Amino acid sequence: MADTEKIIEIQVLRYRPEQDKEPVLQSYKVPFTDDMSVLQGLQYIKDYLDETVSFRWSCRMAICGSCGMMIDGKPKLSCKTFLREYYPQGLRVEALAHMPIERDLIVSVEDFVTKLESIKPYIIPKEPRTLEQGEYLQTPQQRDMYEQFSSCINCMLCYAACPQYGLNPKFTGPGVLALLHRYNADSRDGGQAERLGLGYADEGFWGCTAVGYCSEVCPKGVDPANAINQNKMNSAINYFTRFVTPGGADK
Amino acid sequence: MKRSNEPIFWSLFGAGGMLAALIGPALVFITGIAVPFGLFFKPDTMSYAHMLAFSQSWAGKIFVLAVIALFLWHAAHRIHILLHDFGVHAVTAVRVLCYGGAFAGTVIAAYTLLMIKA
Ligand code: SF4
Ligand code: FES
Repeated sequence: MADTEKIIEIQVLRYRPEQDKEPVLQSYKVPFTDDMSVLQGLQYIKDYLDETVSFRWSCRMAICGSCGMMIDGKPKLSCKTFLREYYPQGLRVEALAHMPIERDLIVSVEDFVTKLESIKPYIIPKEPRTLEQGEYLQTPQQRDMYEQFSSCINCMLCYAACPQYGLNPKFTGPGVLALLHRYNADSRDGGQAERLGLGYADEGFWGCTAVGYCSEVCPKGVDPANAINQNKMNSAINYFTRFVTPGGADK
Repeated sequence: MKRSNEPIFWSLFGAGGMLAALIGPALVFITGIAVPFGLFFKPDTMSYAHMLAFSQSWAGKIFVLAVIALFLWHAAHRIHILLHDFGVHAVTAVRVLCYGGAFAGTVIAAYTLLMIKA
């Protein structure tokens, strides 16, 4: 490694509530190889340069959703982004936008988790079945209706990307609305009415102005903008037909 | 949570957008380029007499009203959310200006069309 080693400058946004009044950038020179991710660069800093730098991570393979941060101003998973893309100019890593910083690159997930819980992100069975009755069957076509939306790893990159969430944190936001759609679009689920009241509100689908950056930054190919748009259509139809469809008004 | 009234504005916006996409460019071409330059159409296609005759029929009135009103509602909503995205948060003032403008345009167009007697 020694002679082919390159050095890259990583600027890290630091915020230590006990000593910093506001977040400040701190620069580190990190030796790296082409196969190193930004997360590995941060781990190098923590192991060899400055053990006080704090950040979240777990899987290192884009599946746990905990290592999201702003990399040169764009929301990205640091384990899925390579240092070589920023060589030789260097890079800046900051906590995810639009969320309160707890410490350094760690943001509070509280708002996201509360919203996630509010949409009941689990299948509410349409009909109760006993074990003897066997599994709930589904055709490939029925699965296709929700499959891409089920790939969400709750990384919150789309929240850092969404200008509406930045302007008004009451907005339920892209990821959670995509998951709302994921369960509502599942043929085995019977919980639509319970979830749509939230979706039809100003804080639900209607908080979106179709910017679409959420779908661009999603590391798992989920298309929250599409989920929201489909539901705007349903929501508008329901708005106008609710008094003529049986049960439509209580949604 | 409280149901949003946004579907009203969004539906008008959607209808306007659809109509604009379908016939907007064709209308610009016919009324702004082809007729004035004498291409494809007779030079008097848009003469006062022809236009009057067009807006004397109910179908003509509805068409003119749809084009004017729905385009206005589409533009109003687009400008409203664009200003919002750009951080202009005088919410009520922006809403009144945008949707109020579209509403006024709709009423004036409808009234004028109704006043055109056969
Ligand atoms: S939709 Fe994509 S970007 Fe948003 S939380 Fe889920 S995985 Fe992350
Ligand atoms: S460390 Fe798990 S997604 Fe990056």
